[in-house]
Amino acid sequence: MKNGRFGISGRTLAVAAPYLWLLVFFLAPFAIVLKLSFAEPLIAQPPYSAVFEWTGGLLPRFTGNFENYAFLLSDDLYINAYLNSIQIALFSTLLCLAIGYPMAYGIARAPGAWRNALLMLVILPFWTSFLIRVYAWIGILKNNGILNNVLIGLGIIDEPLDILHNHFSVYLGIVYSYLPFMILPLYANLARMDESLLEAAADLGCRPWKTFVSVTLPLSLPGIVAGSMLVFIPAVGEFVIPELLGGPDTLMIGKILWNEFFQNRDWPVASAVAIAMLVLLVIPIVIFQHYQGKEAGDVK
Amino acid sequence: MNRGVSWFNVTMLILGFVFLYAPIALLILFSFNAGKLVSVWSGFSTKWYGELLYNEQILQAAWVSLKIASINATAATILGTLTAFALNRFGRFRGRTLFTGMATAPLVMPDVITGLATLLLFVGIGWARGMSTITIAHITFSLAFVAVIVRARIASLDMSLEEAAMDLGARPLKTFIVIVVPLLAPALVSGWLLAFTLSLDDLVIASFVAGPGASTLPMVVFSKVRLGVSPEINALGTIIVLVVTICIVIAATVFQRQERRRAIDDQMAQRG
Repeated sequence: MKNGRFGISGRTLAVAAPYLWLLVFFLAPFAIVLKLSFAEPLIAQPPYSAVFEWTGGLLPRFTGNFENYAFLLSDDLYINAYLNSIQIALFSTLLCLAIGYPMAYGIARAPGAWRNALLMLVILPFWTSFLIRVYAWIGILKNNGILNNVLIGLGIIDEPLDILHNHFSVYLGIVYSYLPFMILPLYANLARMDESLLEAAADLGCRPWKTFVSVTLPLSLPGIVAGSMLVFIPAVGEFVIPELLGGPDTLMIGKILWNEFFQNRDWPVASAVAIAMLVLLVIPIVIFQHYQGKEAGDVK
Repeated sequence: MNRGVSWFNVTMLILGFVFLYAPIALLILFSFNAGKLVSVWSGFSTKWYGELLYNEQILQAAWVSLKIASINATAATILGTLTAFALNRFGRFRGRTLFTGMATAPLVMPDVITGLATLLLFVGIGWARGMSTITIAHITFSLAFVAVIVRARIASLDMSLEEAAMDLGARPLKTFIVIVVPLLAPALVSGWLLAFTLSLDDLVIASFVAGPGASTLPMVVFSKVRLGVSPEINALGTIIVLVVTICIVIAATVFQRQERRRAIDDQMAQRG
């Protein structure tokens, strides 16, 4: 595509369109969030104070302050929500890995005809409405829900179990919603694995379990990392699941941000919460991009 | 190939799929429940589907969502394909690292952050909120997903056909349209479908950038779900699941058949 009449200009145009789009609608907004996190809330339109003021000089004067961050640090609510989100996201990721790895392995080693069908079964829920799938769990888990009714009907329990609106249901919801995100990169990795390495290990007298631990597992590390990041990062900021399946004590940072914005209408504090969350997520996002780039055939 | 599958894998697969599908199956089952409860069976009925047809609010929101989703899918497929080419075929160019970052971060960025950030941009530049702002916000994250799908396809394709066309004197644009686009077709269609469903599914970002005017389907569903479960939502969920399943199965079958034909063509060509 280098030498044609449209050569250079066509190429530049092809890069420029998505590049500009992402600069304006993805990167610039983050700069605004950062700016606003130094502002003060006002009852006005827009509801925040100016952070920079033109005072006639060459550069605008910075008139913002760090009070929003000081506020976040002074209130246990925010710190607890922050730590809670990390904990919930971390354990959910490990649970997804524990369930997803054997599934991805099974699909990758399944006979050819089965493989596409099984893969399709993993992808399908990922395409169907996330909100509806989370909603489906409410009907199953609530006090007079399907699960409790079945267990009482079978005589296993007398009193309905409290399994909705607590940490358990939030874990369940996250693992359920994000499991396909774990399985797909793992599958992609395992399916590509060179069979001859495994055969070599077996020929050399390696037991299947040992082969798995010392050959398959290390080779699948990129898949493990990619899948884990795809679960962990969005799970930290999850809003819908803690809102619908969580209880009043399930504090998560995504829900806090939502409430600051929609209920308290405090845009500057909501921005500070967003920045605090981003600081936490920067390293996982960079790790994810590194592995994602490798998987996608980046030119190095 | 079969050697590696143990009883443990098979059990995990069965349990895993039961876990993934049981809630959906129960959702569908109780959409046909005659009673108002979604947990106690009281006879078969399709009345909730009927009520859905008369629910102006839901129908209107569905229409808004479908319009946004189709504009979004089309724009995201174009921008996402360009992104994929820029990243996989154009080698190095200035600002590539930043571009890669911007094209992959939306895949994992929590919705609450993206939603807030995009809203602040629109407020900052004084853009009236409504359908246009939702569509723009959706295109931004959808294009990243399209790029992943198209990149995978580009990486797996034999591009010697493209080179052959150029050698035979085809201009780059013509080569792209005649050779590259048909080869990429499966990825373009799945990218379009994925962007469409992502948009149809988004609650959080749309809630932030919508403003008072426009309500999408997930926003209406969410406000209803907050008040409690209702068989009407089950019926709506069932329709969504069925439509998505049918689309995906059709797309997958068509492409599998195409791939098989191409594989046969390749074999024939090699035999000469």
